[in-house]
Amino acid sequence: MGARVAQVAALLLALTVTAQALPAPLGFSELYVVQGVLDVRFTDKVRKLDGETVRVKGFMAPPLKAESDFFVLSKEPMMVCPFCSSAASWPLDIIVVHLDARAEPVDPATPIMVEGRLEVGHWVDPKTGFVSQLRLRGAKFREL
Amino acid sequence: MNFRLLCGAAALALGMAAAPVAAQTIYPIDRASILAGSKFDLKVEFPAMIINAVGMRVTLNGQDILQTGNGNPTFIQAEDGKLVSSLVVRDMSLSTPGTYTLQASDGTNTKSVTWDVYATPANPVAKNVILFIGDGMSVAHVTAARILSRQVVEGKYKSKLTIDSFPQMATIGTSGVDSVITDSANSAHAYTTGHKSTTNALGVYVSRAAVNTAHPRVETLAEIVKRKTSKSVGVVTNTEIEDATPASMTSHTRSRSDYDIIVEQQYNVRPDVILGGGAANFLPKSAPGSRRADDQDFIAKYRAAGYPVATTVGEMQAAAANAGNTKLLGLFHLSNMDGVLDRKFLKANTVKTYPQQPDLTEQVKAAIDVLSRNPNGFVLMVESGLIDKFSHPLDWERAVYDTIMLDNAVKVAVDYAGNRNDTLIMVMPDHTHGINIVGTVDDARTGEQMRDKIGVYQDAGYPNYPAPNAENYPEKVDVTKRLAVFFNNFPDHYETFRPKLDATFNPAVQDPVSKFYVANQKYKDVPGAMLRTGNLPRATGSTGVHTADDGIARGFGPGSDQLKGFVENTEIFRIMATALALGR
Ligand SMILES: [Zn+2]
Repeated sequence: MGARVAQVAALLLALTVTAQALPAPLGFSELYVVQGVLDVRFTDKVRKLDGETVRVKGFMAPPLKAESDFFVLSKEPMMVCPFCSSAASWPLDIIVVHLDARAEPVDPATPIMVEGRLEVGHWVDPKTGFVSQLRLRGAKFREL
Repeated sequence: MNFRLLCGAAALALGMAAAPVAAQTIYPIDRASILAGSKFDLKVEFPAMIINAVGMRVTLNGQDILQTGNGNPTFIQAEDGKLVSSLVVRDMSLSTPGTYTLQASDGTNTKSVTWDVYATPANPVAKNVILFIGDGMSVAHVTAARILSRQVVEGKYKSKLTIDSFPQMATIGTSGVDSVITDSANSAHAYTTGHKSTTNALGVYVSRAAVNTAHPRVETLAEIVKRKTSKSVGVVTNTEIEDATPASMTSHTRSRSDYDIIVEQQYNVRPDVILGGGAANFLPKSAPGSRRADDQDFIAKYRAAGYPVATTVGEMQAAAANAGNTKLLGLFHLSNMDGVLDRKFLKANTVKTYPQQPDLTEQVKAAIDVLSRNPNGFVLMVESGLIDKFSHPLDWERAVYDTIMLDNAVKVAVDYAGNRNDTLIMVMPDHTHGINIVGTVDDARTGEQMRDKIGVYQDAGYPNYPAPNAENYPEKVDVTKRLAVFFNNFPDHYETFRPKLDATFNPAVQDPVSKFYVANQKYKDVPGAMLRTGNLPRATGSTGVHTADDGIARGFGPGSDQLKGFVENTEIFRIMATALALGR
């Protein structure tokens, strides 16, 4: 009897831990509220999840450099055209993903699920100068 | 010692003694045409470090450049920390027309270039200039625009485009200093400075300088107009206002990607009317929509400088209607605005997020309303920039609808110019794309594959787009019998033979392992999709490319008579400068 209680308690504990660790799903349409061109805000959901582990489905944009432990996650597969769009003209709704370990890039047309700790707010990567508003830190991903 | 090696070494030594192995490089380059009185930087790059400047001699028509008092000279002994020296003379200008020979010697080697400095008549023939640029607009874009917006029956069009009525026409050469193929920075720079430059460069000759903004500069049209006249200047686009074509009015950087710098340089010149997308680089980095790397708030700066700021079509029209407004900043999108096919019909791409973007016709109307309040006249550049941005990914329908929009916008300018006989209007591409109309695609035609449903020659007949609406657009683009339009250069992609209603076509994506561009699998299962193996380099050919084919320029109004035959793109600047008498 006592053993069973302990078992159930352990199971409950495990469930609780699992529930806590389960990352909150976050969609690309849930990142910003655009009320006007000059009035762009993070959604309440994004601000609430700042610092939390989230999972986001998207596409890996072509890597900025060959050996990279970070990449840009976009809503749609990215077309990169240096002579029609400047490197500077990434769309608003991108998330920069910083991997916890270097990983092989995947086909940019293959949807991926990324999990990482959401970081909200402007940041300039000192190594690349890349400007971002949303990041996933300590991230990992899998192909869908 | 190996005989061959000895022989080679001897030849090398002889070669060095007999003839210069490396001579000076001089900017502006040989055969440059320079508007009399316009500013430019002279740069002489010596192939080695000059320890003792005694032997160094740089002369202009025989006179020591350092003795002329022209410009601000700086001798850089070790440029960018390297063992090479340069002489830079900032802000030179030559007011007397004629042939100039710039000779530079380091004591051993001598190199010379020749410039043609041209003046303009004392009196302007035009008070206003409006330059329309259809970015990438090629012959087929215009033909398809005419077919869709004016209809063709039994071989004859029911009516013509506005640009079809322009009396002057010329073919334009668009090549740059470095390459037969140009990009939109380099080519727009030719229009706004009269100098040829290099891919991705704006307002500079590309030298060996390490810093993007350190290259030798040439003065831009907006800067000259602001410095020498009391006219107003306007820049209008449906791309980002800091994108290459509009940026060419005010920028000096080796890289068109320097958006933060371009916005700052634009602000320093302060065109009176600025309308377009690209608000992301106007916002300080703390704002969630910002793409800036610093804290500068250019919205606040423009407001402080007396500009009303509009972000919707309604705000723009209200500001333009206010007779007290002689300036206007309108930013209608964080990045590129949406094309007219999306805005008015498909509601695809980002139209739902930005539902109140103006049409290019409305932007031009607002710009002219505000600029024409200046009794001294104005210079206005208008870009229909998405023709190019849709042609790269082979999305011809969107490109053609934006060509119709450009023609509608030209109509607004022509209506203003009317019989005033004081406004020069020119319409041209900055380069072309490899696009052709080859027939029709008929869903009703029997055929196993979609390609079998293409009608060519007598089988093409005519497409069944609905008659155009009051704004000259067929309201339905996904008709059963469509134009068959193909690009002649492309990456691997799936040809679907039909318009992409949900979003702009995205033909190829980069394979992460091989780094080659491969067909986007998104379109694989579109009924009838056919894999087309690309004919562009797999590693760099992500989309269709610009072509070296001549562009066609059209002109209307005083000063346009010089637009004839074949002209270099740099001549477009000269035509505008001449009409406005900027080289007085
Ligand atoms: Zn282009």
